[in-house]
Amino acid sequence: MSLVLQTHRLSKSFGSVNAVSNLSIVLNKSSITAILGGNGAGKTTTLSMLLGLLLPSSGRIEIFGKDFISNRYPALSRMNFSSPYVDLPQRLTVRENLLVYAKLYGLRQPSASVDNMLQTFQLEEFSDRRLRKLSAGQKTRVSLAKALINKPELLLLDEPTASLDPETAGWVRELLSDYQKEEGATILLASHDMKEVEQLCQKVILLRKGKLVEEGSPSELLTKYDRQTMEDVFLDVSKGVNQ
Amino acid sequence: MKIGSVSRIQALLLRYLYVLRSSWPRIIEIAYWPTMQLIIWGFVSLHFGASQPEITASGILISVVLVWDSLFRSHVSYTLSFLEEMWSRNLGNLFVAPLRPWELMIALASISLIRTFIGMIPAALLAIPFFGVSVFDMGLPLIAFFFNLVFTGWAISQVVTGILIRYGLGAESLTWVIPFLIAPVSCIYYPLSTLPEWLQQVAHWIPTSYVFEGMRYLLLEGLWREDLLIKAFLLNCFYFTLGMSIFLFAFRSARKNGLLLQAGE
Repeated sequence: MSLVLQTHRLSKSFGSVNAVSNLSIVLNKSSITAILGGNGAGKTTTLSMLLGLLLPSSGRIEIFGKDFISNRYPALSRMNFSSPYVDLPQRLTVRENLLVYAKLYGLRQPSASVDNMLQTFQLEEFSDRRLRKLSAGQKTRVSLAKALINKPELLLLDEPTASLDPETAGWVRELLSDYQKEEGATILLASHDMKEVEQLCQKVILLRKGKLVEEGSPSELLTKYDRQTMEDVFLDVSKGVNQ
Repeated sequence: MKIGSVSRIQALLLRYLYVLRSSWPRIIEIAYWPTMQLIIWGFVSLHFGASQPEITASGILISVVLVWDSLFRSHVSYTLSFLEEMWSRNLGNLFVAPLRPWELMIALASISLIRTFIGMIPAALLAIPFFGVSVFDMGLPLIAFFFNLVFTGWAISQVVTGILIRYGLGAESLTWVIPFLIAPVSCIYYPLSTLPEWLQQVAHWIPTSYVFEGMRYLLLEGLWREDLLIKAFLLNCFYFTLGMSIFLFAFRSARKNGLLLQAGE
């Protein structure tokens, strides 16, 4: 199975605070991996480094087989990202936002791609509405549509179903799962929703205080910790049980 | 320039045009301030023209006000468009796309030019019937004066956006403050010889002082001093490069300190 992303002893410190320490992870092609951890565990710092928004203090990132730090732009055109903590321009309509990003990613038929995303995310009826007039859930769908507009081979998601009602969250999970299968995409998602992790992910990476403390498939972790749910595993790991 | 770069610059320009189009008050505001400046200085010019005609000869006062405003407008337009990204917390999304910082700079400069024209043209046209002054009478030199000042405006914007990306929205007020730092030594309303000797030495390092000296030569003596414009241009190239380096340094520093994802209100 080929590797899409690999980090080697990746570290980031802010002054005397070690946000991420010696993190070595691999993401296989066509897989969904969750990165979990409590607040301040280093998830966002890790995602930021993997997106090129944050320079590591030390260590190496390889994406699509090439060093990411020195070869960022070609990789970025094959990646995308969504986070509830990063907004899209509120004054622009849904269609305008998606069209701008379709062009930013250099798509050959930007309008057709936008129409496709509007349909996929059931946003057609809001397409000419400004983003600031949408509900939180609708905005999350627009953000996800933006994240899929360039059909990324590597998709990084920060809490993809935050602020969605259970029904829409389930529908988004299904959509992401289908996308991963159909396109052979690799997805790394940070989430606090353990049900989502169990349902979607083939692999889980658990961080605590910036360090990798556990790694494996949900079923392996459930067995190892002798627990029924990932939530219990998460709590055990957070408390340092079994380590 | 590669096709990908052109597409990304077009995408950003489209984004700024959408913002502009989304609000009529915003378009009116762009033209409002230069027009107000024109009206106030037009009446000041009429007042002085009656008692001291040498001050307002050949429409010099109105002309310099309008031309100086092109620097201010180009700078503010560039920086406000950048601030728009910070206000909407969109920098994170922009920089996870394959967007190079220099592509962002070109897009900002392009929208700045469009907004400057929207702001300046109505004021310049109104000056003709209301105060009998046409800056267009300067002919081709007007283009040289205008672009030199716009160029200075962009150089200042590079520094201000660099500070903004590094220090965040707390530094927002610098947008309006910094251009006025160079106003006293730009010799907009008075000749260079008015300044004390030591300040004249400072003014020699400011490109705008050559622009306004050049304008005075042209309007008052009918002389086209291209040497002054060349000095202004060379200084502008220096400051623009310096400004760009400051922005790129600040951008790298922001990446080092994790500020791109946090930038916003």
